[in-house]
Amino acid sequence: MDNVILTIIGMTVVTYLPRLIPFLVMANKKVPARVDAFLKCIPVAAIGALIIPAIFNSTPDKPIAGIAGITFTLVFGLWKGGIIVPVLGSVAVTYLVFMI
Amino acid sequence: MNKDIQYAVKASIPIFIGYIPAAMAFGILSKGAGISLLECFLFSAMVFAGASQFIALNLLLTGMGPGGVILTTLLVNFRHFLMSASLASRVDDITRRFHFLFAFGVTDEVFSVLSFKEGKLSKSLILILQFSAYSAWVSGTIVGYVLGGFMPEALTNSMGIALYALLLAILLPEMKKSTKSLILAISAGVLNTILIKLDVLPNGWSIIICIITIALVGAFIVPSEKKEEAYG
Repeated sequence: MDNVILTIIGMTVVTYLPRLIPFLVMANKKVPARVDAFLKCIPVAAIGALIIPAIFNSTPDKPIAGIAGITFTLVFGLWKGGIIVPVLGSVAVTYLVFMI
Repeated sequence: MNKDIQYAVKASIPIFIGYIPAAMAFGILSKGAGISLLECFLFSAMVFAGASQFIALNLLLTGMGPGGVILTTLLVNFRHFLMSASLASRVDDITRRFHFLFAFGVTDEVFSVLSFKEGKLSKSLILILQFSAYSAWVSGTIVGYVLGGFMPEALTNSMGIALYALLLAILLPEMKKSTKSLILAISAGVLNTILIKLDVLPNGWSIIICIITIALVGAFIVPSEKKEEAYG
């Protein structure tokens, strides 16, 4: 078998199992209050940890473009909220700054 | 129309919009890396995990063998273990067979949307979100591979920002609502930025350490305002 196909199959397995095991172990079970509090903090921790470093690396050729795009999302999101305008607007702002 | 379905369709649009450009970028890079269209398709259709696919391409280009790439992928994607754990407790009246399907589609973005949906997670909500994410990811990959050469580079680069804008737009209302969430999210981001800059941990470890540390701090040290209901 070709190396790339072998790599893809291996990646599929090691990506799928960590996504699956918690469902098999935890669904339909009561979790202790402390564990529940921990699980409830995971979303904000995970999203914060994903976004902040990425702001500086998302457009490596011109970091200021990505920073401008995310700043638009931040300002518009705080001001008006919503999802579609902050997302599409960030792409437009990033592209504009790229073009300058 | 059912309220859940309405919510799902509305939340699917930005995921779709964010995934298409990111997937196209993957298709374009795959072609550049000398991977066949079938292999490129299988990457997105089977692995379905953005960041790790880009990293795998880079590693394959450096000549790393399957073992190294697979091990790196395990580390990079292990954060989904924590995300699945966080979601699993909220889907209690769904059959086991469905868990196998649901687990396959636990990406950062789908996880984020589901996390801040209040109440229990219904089957139709989950399936609509995951189906739109998956179809955008797979079709974007193929379009990028086939048409990639025609897109101006500045535009593809700019479209990559959509995924982070999406995550931020999902997180903002939560941070406005709760000072605790604001503090935890920013601390996690700062900690991860520092760990990445220090560059002493293998790829993928820093985010796992951040999530565990900050969630522990959130659960045991920072007092929560009112009831622990904010996240659903």
